[in-house]
Amino acid sequence: MTGKSIEEINRRISEGSAVVVTAEEMKEIVEELGEEKAAKEVDVVTTGTFGAMCSSGVFLNFGHSDPPIKMKRIWLNDVEAYTGIAAVDAYLGVTQISDKLGMEYGGAHVIEDLVRGKEVELKAESYGTDCYPRKEIVTEIALEDLNQAEMVNPRNAYQRYKAATNSSNRILRTYMGTLLPNYGNVTFAGTGEISPLNNDPEYRTIGLGTRIFLCGAEGYVIGEGTQHSPPFGTLMVKGNLKEMDKKYMRAAVFPGYGVTMYIGIGIPIPVLDEEMARFTAVRDRDIETEIIDYAIPRRNRPVVRKVNYEELKSGKVEINGEEVRVSPLSSYSIAREIMIELKKRIEKGEFYLTSPVKRIPTKATFKPMRQKEIVVVRNLMSKAISIPENTTIVEASKIIIDKGVNHLPVVDESNTLKGIVTSWDIAKAVAKGKVERVSEVMTRKVITVYPDDPIELAADKLRKHNISALPVIDAKKKVLGLLSSEDLSRLIVKR
Amino acid sequence: MMILLQFDSKTVREPVISQTTLEKKTLINIIRASVGAREGELIIEVDDSRADEIIEFIESKGVKVTKIYEKIIKDDEKCVHCGACISICPVEVFRLEYDYRVAADSERCVRCGVCVTVCPLKALELSKI
Repeated sequence: MTGKSIEEINRRISEGSAVVVTAEEMKEIVEELGEEKAAKEVDVVTTGTFGAMCSSGVFLNFGHSDPPIKMKRIWLNDVEAYTGIAAVDAYLGVTQISDKLGMEYGGAHVIEDLVRGKEVELKAESYGTDCYPRKEIVTEIALEDLNQAEMVNPRNAYQRYKAATNSSNRILRTYMGTLLPNYGNVTFAGTGEISPLNNDPEYRTIGLGTRIFLCGAEGYVIGEGTQHSPPFGTLMVKGNLKEMDKKYMRAAVFPGYGVTMYIGIGIPIPVLDEEMARFTAVRDRDIETEIIDYAIPRRNRPVVRKVNYEELKSGKVEINGEEVRVSPLSSYSIAREIMIELKKRIEKGEFYLTSPVKRIPTKATFKPMRQKEIVVVRNLMSKAISIPENTTIVEASKIIIDKGVNHLPVVDESNTLKGIVTSWDIAKAVAKGKVERVSEVMTRKVITVYPDDPIELAADKLRKHNISALPVIDAKKKVLGLLSSEDLSRLIVKR
Repeated sequence: MMILLQFDSKTVREPVISQTTLEKKTLINIIRASVGAREGELIIEVDDSRADEIIEFIESKGVKVTKIYEKIIKDDEKCVHCGACISICPVEVFRLEYDYRVAADSERCVRCGVCVTVCPLKALELSKI
């Protein structure tokens, strides 16, 4: 296998003889010519993505005021930035929301306003020191007034991402968009076969020091991104905000979730040899992910089914025998514009390729948070006093008094949950008269928990539904116990 | 075609929709209704070819009628063609074109407004009637 070097490719770029194609075009070329010929023919493949990337932000240096201030807290258009670093440095994250406007306006909007040439209000306060006596300042700044405005994004360009759906009976507003009840829709992120990391899945050419297209500017990869976990790889990137183009970045609000920013990234991939030709020929059908259920507010959300990007991009997927419509959340259209723009820049000799100084890991796991102690329902639940459906009101009232309980789960012969009656239901039935059996007054739509659910989830259910106990059931709806608000209060007494 | 009906304190008590259905032997789809004691507003959908005679009939009952032409408006300056709107629209107004841009078939819109609240770029707006 003969290969070519990055130096060789760069020489061709400077001579104007490099063959540059977009990732979209490369699929066709490899299919037609085969990997060997395609590797000889093509020098560079441009890739692109344009999606909501929450883990982004900008380092800003404002210069010193007179008299100088060591900023302790700082706001830009009422959006707070982090300034626990030197006197007039700050980091503004895109998801930070405005103190005054809330989710309507955030860090991403401030960044977009700066790039659009608008003036932004800077407000800062401090405690005053001998070297920095000033305690507060309010002024207006524009992008050109800043010494540095360096975008540094800890986690961008997700290689692939889990698609989202919702099994519950209420609308969910998430960072994956609005999810309709009862598997009403599916959303997914990422651009699949044209996305940078999918075209270099072994990270042979994309690594620390790789020159990239970042929101229109020349940027760099500065390492693997946070939560990097191949094949769900991510990148940490940086680039000069002053060189960026508003066309390739956009502040956005996901209703009910908050502010984020659409970031445009293009990465040129050198076709060094046959292997790189094969990698860049990847198709959406080869890129697999999972559809997960956002109705379960846990770290490990259940997998509804496996799916590939070809199915997702088709606009419809099947869930439980029904056709469900799919929304992409990344813009394929702008990602394409980025691939084409990057291709043009390379062809014109305005953009050269780099070899990575250090490669990013091909193996890494994304660990869960270490928590002090996770108390689950099982640790606190008490024994359930269950009754059959044909229990009479009189019998039920006796049980309630004898056992000193307020909740009686109603079950069938196999201990499967059918309903629940409370002492209140029984009292009401007695007052009304004419009611004989508990099956006539029981609540049939029972709110339940699983034994391994964290107690925070149980407490949230009690509060949301304004109830005082939850039957604890297994996957087959068999009653395992009961968790009441009294059980939960034991936690506080224990402390 | 979609039509806005505005009822005043008198007409709001009359069964105008039923009268229209019976008299004109036509199907009427109620898209949105807000009816109070003193006034009411209805958006209905009727067969395009019979719209004029139906409108004439409803007007004769003293109800103010306005034809709704444009429904959902997409601001192409703001839209980034992400497609978040595609799967949440109940009547499939939005689709990805051959060039992966989001196109809106505004004619199909039933003015439910769900997409307006979902768009991350605030690029969608219901037309004023």
